[in-house]
Amino acid sequence: MVGLTSIVALDMGSVLSASLTQAFGPQAVVFALAAIGLNIHFGYAGLLNFGAIGFLAVGAYGTAIGILSLGLPSGIAILLGLFFALVLGLVLGLPTLRLRADYLAIVTIAAAEIIRLLARSTALRGVTRGAEGLNEWAGGLQSLNPWNGDTVSMGPFTYRGNQVAVVVFGWIAVAIVTYGVYLIMKSPWGRVLKAIREDEDAVRALGKNAYAFKMQALLLGGVIMGFAGFIGAFTNSTVQPDVYVPPITFFMWTALILGGAARVASPVVGAIIFWFLITFFEAFLGDLVADGTIPSTILAPTEVSLVRFLLVGLMLMGLMAFRPQGIFGNREEMALDAR
Amino acid sequence: MQKRRFMFVAVFVAVLGGLVVPASAEGEQVQVRLQARDADGDRQPVIGVVFSVANEAGETIGAGETDEEGVFLLDVPEAGTYIVTIDPESLPPGIGLVNPDRISNEARVDVGGVGNSLFAVDSEDGVSTTSGSSGISVRRVAQLSADGIKLGLFLGMAAIGLSLIFGTTGLTSFAHSEMMTFGMLTSYFFNYYGLAGFLGFMASWPPPFGGGVNLIFATMISVVLGGAFGYLLDASIFAPLRRRGTSLVAQLVITIGLAIFLRYLFLFLFGGGPRFYAEYTAQSARTYFGLVSLTDKDLIAMGITIAVLVGTGVFLQRTRTGKAMRAIADNRDLAESSGIDVQRVIRLVWVAGGALASLGGTFLGLSENVSWALGFRMLLLIFAGVTLGGLGTAYGALIGCLLVGLGVQLSTLFVPIELKNVGALLVMIVVLMVRPQGILGRAERIG
Repeated sequence: MVGLTSIVALDMGSVLSASLTQAFGPQAVVFALAAIGLNIHFGYAGLLNFGAIGFLAVGAYGTAIGILSLGLPSGIAILLGLFFALVLGLVLGLPTLRLRADYLAIVTIAAAEIIRLLARSTALRGVTRGAEGLNEWAGGLQSLNPWNGDTVSMGPFTYRGNQVAVVVFGWIAVAIVTYGVYLIMKSPWGRVLKAIREDEDAVRALGKNAYAFKMQALLLGGVIMGFAGFIGAFTNSTVQPDVYVPPITFFMWTALILGGAARVASPVVGAIIFWFLITFFEAFLGDLVADGTIPSTILAPTEVSLVRFLLVGLMLMGLMAFRPQGIFGNREEMALDAR
Repeated sequence: MQKRRFMFVAVFVAVLGGLVVPASAEGEQVQVRLQARDADGDRQPVIGVVFSVANEAGETIGAGETDEEGVFLLDVPEAGTYIVTIDPESLPPGIGLVNPDRISNEARVDVGGVGNSLFAVDSEDGVSTTSGSSGISVRRVAQLSADGIKLGLFLGMAAIGLSLIFGTTGLTSFAHSEMMTFGMLTSYFFNYYGLAGFLGFMASWPPPFGGGVNLIFATMISVVLGGAFGYLLDASIFAPLRRRGTSLVAQLVITIGLAIFLRYLFLFLFGGGPRFYAEYTAQSARTYFGLVSLTDKDLIAMGITIAVLVGTGVFLQRTRTGKAMRAIADNRDLAESSGIDVQRVIRLVWVAGGALASLGGTFLGLSENVSWALGFRMLLLIFAGVTLGGLGTAYGALIGCLLVGLGVQLSTLFVPIELKNVGALLVMIVVLMVRPQGILGRAERIG
């Protein structure tokens, strides 16, 4: 009995350590930034962006193409990626922001898929290198990495190579962006945006150009997502089209709604909790499968990675049905409706 | 009568490296060369076919596509046995695997040795080895139009439910295409296994309980179950949400969660590999008017679809319930105040939508692989169709889907096959710019 407890405790230790590492790891940085962008779209402006992953994709591809094809310095290339995200926002917003909310949802999810299909197509192979994607382009930036690719272990956290720099500078960036969003949303502009979400007609009656406000929100959130895309691609110095598949958009939605939309810090907290939950659950399940507690006829070891999708689907449904304000949100702020 | 010529094409998996220089200097590689014979018997490279390579533990170590010479090269870390998997969907039109169940082959990579393995590929016409633009001919346009109408009919049948659900409840259901996948997989399941597939004690019972039945019966079962599935979804999820007054936006996000959950549940239950129905898989096509070649199963499925669509139209126009559906879509409050039981009608819409989506999904499985991933690919197409025709209108959904089907197929005259869906999605975005209410929709207030 004592032995059993200690084995479980040992397992739990490594599971917890892996989960904490993920919860504050590069993925969580990317998700935190993306969820901040999504929060501006959905939380503050009430825009249903179902193609968030498309913004990440253009941010990442823009940077990589800028470095590889155009030979730009890294800093300018990142700006190019952000510019791509800006253009994507314009293209998506122009036809849809005057329509019912769900048109934007349909168009964004379609646009994200168009981007992925184009990026992996043979037609654009010269630029995007098809399904293999663009690799080894972040060398210039990596050479600035003060940790120089060493593995750093601190408490339960272990990060390798570029991850260290991404984690340190990424969270600093998250903090800066979060503070910026806080200032913006406190400003008159932010208050108008929230008012549009609550009652667009009333705001228009007061003489505000609701369309312009929504467009600005779409662009602002889109650029932040583009930056998230750059960071995600920088971690492994690779941009591959099939990373940018639609379900990932809804991972980000789940992270946002978990934290509670329309609160400044909640996308960050949501991203951390999201990755902790996903990693913890998968590692725990993986252990149970590995030691035979769950027979492989029910769940084969290779199928463990499917569980996160099932989990995300369930979380998204459950949260929206029973706790749309998430953990920290304000229920009244989330009583939105499609026009 | 068009004869289907079978071409056997070898795929050589060769190992480079280790011949001249030590393996550690250059590293081992897996090479795949894919060629098909054209009408003249010349070997033509097959471009853009996706391969992935996994090690013995099943971990994918790389992927890529064949280049202009039909070659796919990948560095592998060490000598050993690797599993090369072809993505059958990436094969150009007219070229398919002879043995569709065999999408993976072993490649033994020795240091300095050469191993090869074979994928047998058949080519329908012996032409169109490269993707896309191989010239515009009357025959090709006619064939693509027929394919487009076929796709459009199946999509339209599935999309009517989506449009009616939107019309009666205001909800755009992102889970609708998973009902298509549900129908396709249910048909497959009863076609192969029967209920004994998961209730083992039934094995000695007669089909469909103890074993597979003919696809035609399996389809009937799947349509009934599709209706039941629609009922279940509405009764267990969406009716309670409506009663609680959950906002449409929240319901929309819930349909997304549901779609992801169902999609990966299908993957979990059925696995990722492509599957095929037990019957009618290898029918050869007949040529009509010297222009269009269609298989019998395609023609019959299209005939059934048209009959079902006419039936649906008559139902909507003539029956009390059908009129009630249109009345609710037209003006819900007015319909409710004139005594229509709105909740009952909505339930019926879900049942009918589920049944139609099941049938559409099953028919799509006749010409494509039976696969868990159908739902997402079709989702965007039926959205494009429904938006094009006008959200909320049953006939608009049909017209829109026919146009999308035609557009998708005919666009391959100009763009590579891998981008055929992109055209339809772009058209949808353009339509929203110029006529957001769609072809048959009513103009809404534009702010």
